[in-house]
Amino acid sequence: MPLVKNGAVVEDRFTRVLDDAAIVDDVPVIMPAARLLADVGDLAGRRGATGVLWPNDRDISQLAPHLDRLALVALDFPNFRDGRAYSQARILRERYNYRGELRATGQVLRDQFLLLHRAGFDSFEVSKPADASAFAETIARYSVVYQPADAGTPAALRRRNASSKAGARVHLREHDA
Amino acid sequence: MYVYDDFDRTLVDERVNEFRDQVARRLSGELTEDEFKPLRLMNGVYLQLHAYMLRVAIPYGTLSSEQLRTLAHIARRYDRDYGHFTTRQNLQFNWIKLSDLPDVMADLAKAGLHGMQTSGNCVRNVTTDQWGGVAPDEIEDPRIWAEILRQHSTMHPEFTYLPRKFKIAITAAAHDRAAVRVHDIGLRLHKNGAGESGFEVVVGGGLGRTPFVGKTIKPFLPKRDLLSYVEAILRVYNQYGRRDNIYKARIKILVHEMGAEKFGAEVDAEWQNIKDGALAIDLAFIADIASRFRYPKYENLANEPPALTQVRSRNSRFDTWFRNSVTPHKQRGYAIVTLSLKPEGAPPGDATSEQMDAIASLADRYSFSEIRVAHEQNLVLPHVAQRDLPVLWEQLEKIGVATPNVGLVSDIIACPGLDYCSLANTRSIPVAQELTRRFKNLGTQRELGRLHINISGCINACGHHHVGHIGILGVEKNGQEFFQITLGGRADEKAELGCLLGPAVPYAEVADVIEDVVAAYVELRDQPNELFVDTVKRIGVEPFKERVYAAR
Ligand code: SF4
Repeated sequence: MPLVKNGAVVEDRFTRVLDDAAIVDDVPVIMPAARLLADVGDLAGRRGATGVLWPNDRDISQLAPHLDRLALVALDFPNFRDGRAYSQARILRERYNYRGELRATGQVLRDQFLLLHRAGFDSFEVSKPADASAFAETIARYSVVYQPADAGTPAALRRRNASSKAGARVHLREHDA
Repeated sequence: MYVYDDFDRTLVDERVNEFRDQVARRLSGELTEDEFKPLRLMNGVYLQLHAYMLRVAIPYGTLSSEQLRTLAHIARRYDRDYGHFTTRQNLQFNWIKLSDLPDVMADLAKAGLHGMQTSGNCVRNVTTDQWGGVAPDEIEDPRIWAEILRQHSTMHPEFTYLPRKFKIAITAAAHDRAAVRVHDIGLRLHKNGAGESGFEVVVGGGLGRTPFVGKTIKPFLPKRDLLSYVEAILRVYNQYGRRDNIYKARIKILVHEMGAEKFGAEVDAEWQNIKDGALAIDLAFIADIASRFRYPKYENLANEPPALTQVRSRNSRFDTWFRNSVTPHKQRGYAIVTLSLKPEGAPPGDATSEQMDAIASLADRYSFSEIRVAHEQNLVLPHVAQRDLPVLWEQLEKIGVATPNVGLVSDIIACPGLDYCSLANTRSIPVAQELTRRFKNLGTQRELGRLHINISGCINACGHHHVGHIGILGVEKNGQEFFQITLGGRADEKAELGCLLGPAVPYAEVADVIEDVVAAYVELRDQPNELFVDTVKRIGVEPFKERVYAAR
């Protein structure tokens, strides 16, 4: 499955480890949520980066205390119509200020790229190779959006009404710069 | 009217381009039907029994004459010369080809119309009072809030793949014409003790297989908090709403299973985190949205001008129509006129291209180029000078939309049923047509007073049968069409679900049974002006049941 990061197809430096497989100290790994929570004490001294695969039916607030030790959080779309991970993504970005890599995994398709990106995802395990190569073009498809949700990319946004009301709080309608 | 600016136009145009690309990828096989389905649904495209159906959004039921002409053009060019107005202030075209759809959408976009989010598991077209901005009993124009919510929910990055569809309705009047208590979120704009206006927030109402009247979780929410609070509700629902069973996926089931109090507490906890963030609404923002609504420049006119009263006294047919279809307006000297799309023997809510064009021209001449769509599947000319009513009436008569049956027994709400819908158990349009023939005598109808009949062709309840004063639900029994009848439902501020009358009856007997129910009411009411729904409330369904089933 191709991995898209910063708009381009890249090599995945992370390895997924199953529940009981051994973890090599200096290899970047993505581990299951249960194992992360169980072994959290042992992870402090690792040299390799640590990531977690968090299921979409587990309360994301359980992850909050461990975020500063994580280089990557992968959120799951068991099928693309199951949108729970969109909420988890925004909560991680906006409530817990998580700034590490936020990866969409599972059934990740072209027609959801823009929503995923706007919800705060910045890397994508894309289901179809043709979709992966169309990534940059797809997320540029809209030049306007209504909601102020794009936690990951606030700097890229310009406020439609900013000039008319400095300090005003509602900016429903924003243009991408 | 809400007037699009460049921003809104750009978004709709970009959506058309995206959809064109999606259709091309579907036709080339790059997208599977499973992957394409939610995408087409979110553009209003359904696969029905015989063809694709396109549902066009008419936000808060407001249309310009130019937009209505565009709808007429689409009916003529791409469909079979008519369109169908639904119970959710949308318009449906029933016979569109998939390969034509991108062009249809491009034509719609030119007039500021689209099918976005009229289907799919997302926040649907927000509905409100069809008399928004003109009703004398409203505290302010609810359409401004409907537009704010429309913008907020359009292509929302978090709430586009919810467990199930999500419907929001708003009222700002004493009398609820938007059925807010039977929506996923119902909002009632009202004033608190201190004279400030804010929203009562009702959640978890809805019809369908498991009907519920919604519960109030916030009696008074300040306006500034509307978006953050709605976002909190949606976030709780998106995470905890059931996804294992399509019949249990609506928010009403979550609210029911958690209990309204616990659900409200979860929402509050979520809301505390976001209420002072980017979604808090300030006055400048409200003013910005409000400024894009255009209001007519009314003339300074008197009520009841002689041009009106003279014709009323000498033409009793006009007077009958006036008393039935004309309603008081906020502005002195003006009136709200309802156009009945329920002539005897016709499918409820259909309008031909010719009628749409003619109504658009009448709107230009007599209603500041504006038309409204009512959830009862009628149209409305919202700003007619009272002195123009007699000449307008003559024109409306000519095109067949002046049947004085608004709110009466033949003003039936019916879903498309087996004539179009692939989910249907039974026909519903032919039942409605037969009933309009049985009750064609207008004198009798008036004598019966306000009486709403609602018909659904299956348990999905698109005809809102649970909240009809008389509800008719089509069910299948051993391959035959049967109908369950409920009495006493209502969708207004006293919302209630109807009670079952008795065993289901076969297709051939429905109209007879309804006639018997109505005859029983005439016998049972304690005075001529006791409405049907009040009689049922007072004595229950038993006396009706005895009379109706005794003979069978
Ligand atoms: S109620 Fe049933 S039959 Fe009628 S339109 Fe809805 S889904 Fe179709």
